[in-house]
Amino acid sequence: MFGREFYVDPSRCIGCQSCLKACEECDTHRGISMINFDFVDRRESIATAAYVCWHCDEPTCAQVCPADAIKKYDDGIVGSSLKPRCIGCSNCVLACPFGIPKLVPEYEQMMKCDMCYDRTSVGKKPMCATVCPSQALTYVTPETIAATRREKPVNTFWFGNQKITTKVYMMAPADAGEIAIDVADYTWEGENELVPQAF
Amino acid sequence: MAKLPSTQEELSRRFGPHLNYNPPAGWQRDADKRGDQLVKTHCCFCGQQCGIQLKVRDNRVTGFEPWEEFPFNRGMLCPKGVKRYLQGNHPDRLMDPLMRTADGFRAATWDEALDFTARRLRELQEQYGPDSVAVYGGASLTTEKSYLMGKFARVALKTRHIDYNGRLCMVSAGTAYKAALGVDRAPNPWNDIMQAEVLMAIGANVGECAPITTDYIWRARDKGAKLIVADPRFTPIARNADLYLPVRPGTDLALLMAMLHVIIRDGLTDREFIDAHTTGFEKTAESVEPWNPRRAADVTGVAPEAIEKAAHWIGESRKAMLMHARGLEHHSKGVENCEAVVAIALATGNIGREGAGPIMITGQGNGQGGREHGQKCDQLPGQRSLTDPAARAHVAGVWGISPDELPGPGYTAVEIMNAIHAGEIKGLLSICFNPLVSLPDANFTREALEKLEFFGVIDFFLSETAAHADVVLAGSLQEEEEGVTANVEARVIHIKKAVDPPGNARRDSEIICDLARRLGRGQYFPFTEPREIFEELRLASRGGIADYYGITYEKIDQNMGVFWPCPTLDHPGTPRLFEGGRFFHPDGRARFMRLAWRDSGDPVDAGFPVYLTTGRVVSQYLSGVQTRRIGALVDQNPEPKVEIHPRLAEQHKINTGDWVTVTSRRGAITLQAMVVRTIRPDTVFIPYHWPGGRSANRLTHRTLDPRSKIPEYKVSACRIEKAAGPGGRW
Repeated sequence: MFGREFYVDPSRCIGCQSCLKACEECDTHRGISMINFDFVDRRESIATAAYVCWHCDEPTCAQVCPADAIKKYDDGIVGSSLKPRCIGCSNCVLACPFGIPKLVPEYEQMMKCDMCYDRTSVGKKPMCATVCPSQALTYVTPETIAATRREKPVNTFWFGNQKITTKVYMMAPADAGEIAIDVADYTWEGENELVPQAF
Repeated sequence: MAKLPSTQEELSRRFGPHLNYNPPAGWQRDADKRGDQLVKTHCCFCGQQCGIQLKVRDNRVTGFEPWEEFPFNRGMLCPKGVKRYLQGNHPDRLMDPLMRTADGFRAATWDEALDFTARRLRELQEQYGPDSVAVYGGASLTTEKSYLMGKFARVALKTRHIDYNGRLCMVSAGTAYKAALGVDRAPNPWNDIMQAEVLMAIGANVGECAPITTDYIWRARDKGAKLIVADPRFTPIARNADLYLPVRPGTDLALLMAMLHVIIRDGLTDREFIDAHTTGFEKTAESVEPWNPRRAADVTGVAPEAIEKAAHWIGESRKAMLMHARGLEHHSKGVENCEAVVAIALATGNIGREGAGPIMITGQGNGQGGREHGQKCDQLPGQRSLTDPAARAHVAGVWGISPDELPGPGYTAVEIMNAIHAGEIKGLLSICFNPLVSLPDANFTREALEKLEFFGVIDFFLSETAAHADVVLAGSLQEEEEGVTANVEARVIHIKKAVDPPGNARRDSEIICDLARRLGRGQYFPFTEPREIFEELRLASRGGIADYYGITYEKIDQNMGVFWPCPTLDHPGTPRLFEGGRFFHPDGRARFMRLAWRDSGDPVDAGFPVYLTTGRVVSQYLSGVQTRRIGALVDQNPEPKVEIHPRLAEQHKINTGDWVTVTSRRGAITLQAMVVRTIRPDTVFIPYHWPGGRSANRLTHRTLDPRSKIPEYKVSACRIEKAAGPGGRW
């Protein structure tokens, strides 16, 4: 089914790591998981977060790749590195503001989530969003998300002065329009500054 | 006789647990373009019984594919489900029957192993009487196998002692629901959860122990439901709780009584419902009268205001659900705990409707179906009582024996082990049960096993318990024999046979029937296929509470499961119980039970000042016989860790990663610490899936709930001290 988008809601995540385990069962990259998973600070909290690639509209990883090995396809999916081109330099690993790409040493290649191209291209959901027991990772239509969730999808992120828009959505509290991660982003520094309004 | 035949190290070298990481054909098999066969079946790990499609090729399970059409989990799976397929093709798999030798085990023929087993059982019974041998069953067995075990014990072996590991699971909830409501079943289908306005989870670590239920709770929250979580630990679902009640281990009853106190005091009861559909309200009201929130606060460690708020949220709603699991049930007052939950639901009229009800979250694979058809010590098929003359006559009729031949009720699971330790029971036949890891007070259990004159085990891996056996009959995995189970909602579902048992291993039901033949009772066990057992089970359950007469394999497949009771072939099944306030007691009324406070069986004192509570982690299942052999699941939780609050840790100068010795009145184990703010400062937590020197059950105690005989796993007294290094592995 077309028209479905990917939504990430860390507030739903229970830390079970089913996504991580299921990703490596996916046929195109069996044995290697492309999920990014973190315990935020286990001493202080049970909070966990599982992420896929955000599939940026203007992917930083592709912009910094010296070998032109990372392609964005027509449907907005940013692929894993192309094996014949990737030189394993880790530029993308260092540059991605979300920390998504991983260098897989045994293949000397950067690999990352390709939104289960083999599954989504034939109308299936990505593996992680299919199995996720809390539906912290979910793949549904925008209408379904609007009708069923109390959080609101956001796909505009500020990293300092870098504004990034993405194909994948983050579920945020209902009054959040954009997500900024630096306190400096909320401070008043004059009229002409590229600063999102505080939410 | 039943001491270990060789050292643990030697046994481990040969029988594991070894870690299986890779699918049978390897990860990369692009060259092989033949399609896999997909078998629609269910996960074997836990009572959710998620629908899953197993990939099968060349009689091997090679992977999985989500089954999105199955309505209960809609493709969702926890990591255990994702990796479950790796229990097949496992290097530790028992391929032949094993006979004990002077220094280990040797492979034997089936004739030799079965003849020996039957002969030893008969010898013991001739020498010491029929009740000198006992049978242990398990709640991960299909319902057909569970039924067969009950019949085998009573008809073939003629012993009264059969019980199962569900005794360690939720029997206190079952006893409470049966007493109060007349039936042992969660009253609501899971879709009801999404209609609730208030959800309370008490003693239910849903995120780790029933992971896919999380989505039901989150969907309720998305629609505006308030979530209350009562738990000594800040569990994953507590993170989104609108109200978190950090209840001290062993004091849930005080919390619940105080909530009911507030509900009655503030006029939040549903008087009309109470008058029309229940009896005994006054005695319950009387018993909670002294339990004002201030008094309960001192006992439970929960603030009086929080207790008031929880009571008001539930009392002011007519769509409230109270969910509970082992955290409420594993107590020497487990039945009262669950009766208190039911009493709150009844008093507020929150039962028998969409979004309203008390619900138990059954934990084991066939936790529901495995307790309905006769492997409990006091029960006959259909949830019938073994002491009811009409029930005895009905079942004896189906079985073709005289009711007088049916033994009476026997001992429960822990009592059987006590009787083995005392020398009263001399022989044991066990299937699907690893008591050395799962029973409380593991040192006592080991002593008991060493006293057995004969110990036979049916299993697919050599469990820590099976290592003590005289004979191990190589049985089958869930995916190697067809059958049914009932999931947490009492939805009866169809387990498909995906592959044949490997090597000389055999289907469990064949082994049992062959053993019955050797005991001279073959005419009562003519089954060649599970379907034939199910057909007899339908008749045996007919007219009972758990009535399966109207269920067939085909009907299950057509309807994605059928909820019992289902008394006739044209009956659609019963997803929701108690609609219109009709309960299962003869007068149709629910019972309020008198609630009385008792201290737990292992109180804290100056020598053992810290509460110990035990439970699961998400990547392991029960005693770990299966999940400790799957690499990806072990990597997620390689070892048990002691969760300690920083306040308690600082007193002992313990940091995360330090070795800590935890000592109770039974024993001591040394594990690494995990210092976290997500547990009460007076409590430590240890998961129980591991054996030997890492076994939480070396610390737990054998105090039982007097009615349900469930052990009090959830509260023991202990002390902690920093250790120099790891303790003994065994």
